[in-house]
Amino acid sequence: MAIGLHDSDLKNPVLRWVDQRLPIFSMMQKEYGTFPTPKNFNYFWNFGALAMVTLAVMILTGVFLAMNYTAHTSMAFDSVERIMRDVNYGWLLRYIHMNGASMFFIVVYIHIFRGMYYGSYKAPRELLWMSGVVIFLLMMATAFMGYVLPWGQMSFWGATVITNLFSAFPLIGDSIVTWLWGGFSVDNPTLNRFFSLHYLLPFVIAGVVFLHIAALHITGSNNPLGIEPKGPQDTIPFHPYYTVKDSFGMVVYLIVFAILVFFIPNYLGHPDNYIPANPLVTPPHIVPEWYFLPFYAILRAVPDKLGGVLMMFGSIALLFVLPWLDGSPVRSMRFRPWARPFFLLWVVAVVVLGYVGGKPAEEPFVTISRFAAAYYFAYFLVILPLLARLERPLPLPESISRPVLHGGGPLPAGAAAKPMEKA
Amino acid sequence: MKLSIKAAALGAALGAALLLAPLTVRAAEGEIELPKVHFSFDGIFGSFDRASAQRGLQVYKEVCSACHGMHLLSYRNLVDLGLTPEQATAVAASFNITDGPNDEGEMFERPGRLSDRFHNPYPNANAARAANNGALPPDLSVITKAREGGAEYVHAILTGFRDPPPGFAMGDGMHYNAYFPGHQIAMPPILNPDQVTYGDHTPATVDQMARDVATFLTWAAEPELEQRRTMGVKIILFLVVLAGLTYAVKRKVWSDIPH
Amino acid sequence: MADTLASPPPEQPETRRDFLVLVTVSFAAIGVGAVVWPFISSMNPSRDVLALASTDAELGAIAEGQAVTVMWRGKPVFIRHRTAAEIQEARAVPMGDLKDPATDQSRVQRDAWLIVVGICTHLGCVPLGQKPTDNRGTYGGWFCPCHGSQYDTSGRIRQGPAPSNLLVPTYTFLSDDKIRIG
Repeated sequence: MAIGLHDSDLKNPVLRWVDQRLPIFSMMQKEYGTFPTPKNFNYFWNFGALAMVTLAVMILTGVFLAMNYTAHTSMAFDSVERIMRDVNYGWLLRYIHMNGASMFFIVVYIHIFRGMYYGSYKAPRELLWMSGVVIFLLMMATAFMGYVLPWGQMSFWGATVITNLFSAFPLIGDSIVTWLWGGFSVDNPTLNRFFSLHYLLPFVIAGVVFLHIAALHITGSNNPLGIEPKGPQDTIPFHPYYTVKDSFGMVVYLIVFAILVFFIPNYLGHPDNYIPANPLVTPPHIVPEWYFLPFYAILRAVPDKLGGVLMMFGSIALLFVLPWLDGSPVRSMRFRPWARPFFLLWVVAVVVLGYVGGKPAEEPFVTISRFAAAYYFAYFLVILPLLARLERPLPLPESISRPVLHGGGPLPAGAAAKPMEKA
Repeated sequence: MKLSIKAAALGAALGAALLLAPLTVRAAEGEIELPKVHFSFDGIFGSFDRASAQRGLQVYKEVCSACHGMHLLSYRNLVDLGLTPEQATAVAASFNITDGPNDEGEMFERPGRLSDRFHNPYPNANAARAANNGALPPDLSVITKAREGGAEYVHAILTGFRDPPPGFAMGDGMHYNAYFPGHQIAMPPILNPDQVTYGDHTPATVDQMARDVATFLTWAAEPELEQRRTMGVKIILFLVVLAGLTYAVKRKVWSDIPH
Repeated sequence: MADTLASPPPEQPETRRDFLVLVTVSFAAIGVGAVVWPFISSMNPSRDVLALASTDAELGAIAEGQAVTVMWRGKPVFIRHRTAAEIQEARAVPMGDLKDPATDQSRVQRDAWLIVVGICTHLGCVPLGQKPTDNRGTYGGWFCPCHGSQYDTSGRIRQGPAPSNLLVPTYTFLSDDKIRIG
């Protein structure tokens, strides 16, 4: 073997020649073939792969839609309708892309809730978690700009409301907004630059996803018990076990996706976006897409404009520092009987925020949103830090294999339980 | 396996929340309840009653097209509604389309052709408003997708004209409608019994004309509806079979791991 | 107690597993193939492009011996009002002389009016010959400056690298003075 070539194990001479110079095959074999993965994943662990599949679907449909879309205020709405009516299978591409955005957020929210419940954000996976939050932010920016492109009433007015938020910042606020708009209101320059950035950001997301998976492969995956694998008895190779399980999960996911696309394609949308944008007529209720509603509710819960903006961004910024807010050495909430109900209540608070976010800013919704938002922040800033100190967790099992061989669950009282494992 | 109960509960809660979320937005829009109407295209397996849609086209042509454009449709689309190319050509030819400039540099009128978009009754929005007391008759190309309630809403508006209740202050030139948000609509009660003589001798009651127009407009907004649902049935059946197969493979592959 | 990875299952179950895997993968492959088609199809001409786009042309202003160019589907179409001499010239050509044999009668609906797509069948340039001052080549029709193809008064290729005659589009006479192309 000459110096400067990768030491490849491949037998096929052509593949080996490539692999020696650019070890993609070896890499795939190592990272997705033999990679030791905890054997006790449940189906919540499918959602990362589903998110990756959704990203691919969105990019593919998006590129083909862009072949027929015109990003000019006078033509945008009509170009989308032309796609729906005249482009072969254009309606299919559009509905997949439109509902794919919702599917992307469904999948990512479940993926995030999994991470929070099982402590996947704790050491040594802090950067894995933070890169995930970056992906989430990029997704929100991409979805926001994408929704503007059809240039319907909600596109225009949603863009107007959200970009106007930046004027809340003292001194520089108005300049920021003018800079974002490229003019004195949401208009053609805004639409054009949103199209450019909407095309760009998914590829940035793909890059951060690469980092996200790279970070994962350094630490290895977490698992429902939250304890590290002790040896080969606790792990199985990713292929064929999880390739096969993820394939099944993907088919179920596609069934849900297909029901949306083929039978209720406009269910998650808003009828007002089929009215062409009119800068002179504001819709009676401006509502963002459902996946933004919890943050919209937080924004409106605060009576002060700047306060609302800061709290809204703060609610996501808080996610970044979660690994340091939650100091409990126990990862999985399966063994944290006090933290578990507080977390489930937090999920309920998010759902409640989503619900009131879609309502007009009147009573009783405003009061409800304030209670729910207060709990949202209290969970991160007060409850988790306190629990880290005060909670007495359940005894952790000895290893991943142990509970499996003994029929599941924590060890019976008689057996010697290992003391709390340092996370 | 214990966790899967919790997992299922969490998943169900999330799923329910997501499915119900849009309804919360809908309910906020206004509490006017629309009368239930059964349309041929309701449900998963519904399709367009072409006779009804063609009658609706006739109503559109003879009544609505005076004020409402449908500029996203082309006359050639009418062939998908069951018209022969000759019939569609005749419909197109019954409208005058502005074309040009000619060699003298002037715009001119000519009869419509299959490839033309539907004729707009007014050259621009300002002209439309000027002719309609300041109100802009909306383009009807996607109206059933642009209104909460879709076809039922269209039917309700057309059949919803009433005398205003005592004490209700009507604006100038406005008309009371039981189902229009705010109950005041600029459009006058436009459908009257036997206003149109149907070619297939269906009695042209207001309710019948409203249903037919609603069917036509739903087709106009979603011409791909039938193909979309047929494809959906096939794809979901395929995926269900594939789900069974992949699950069987998963169980087989995992049979040697205690889990 | 260290469990090793389970050893490969015995032959029979493995064959059954392989068959099941084969069926599943084949089934999925059909699905993948079905998914690819809409994307490819979406790049084919859309329905509005395919819709019968036709151009009307006025013939009244074209004097005998003159020619006019109109645009049809983004392409130039030559309309030439032929003189009796040009018609006779076209009729007199023996089929053996033609690289792409076609009678003049088969290429016109009315003798005086020759209507052809003005794109050289070699590599797509627009031949000269519409204006009386243009070089019409040796055969009185059109001359393509790109590679020297020459067409006669029936638009047929007579000399040069072009393989076939200038294309005659579908057209109809709406009246004596007006045609619809396409």
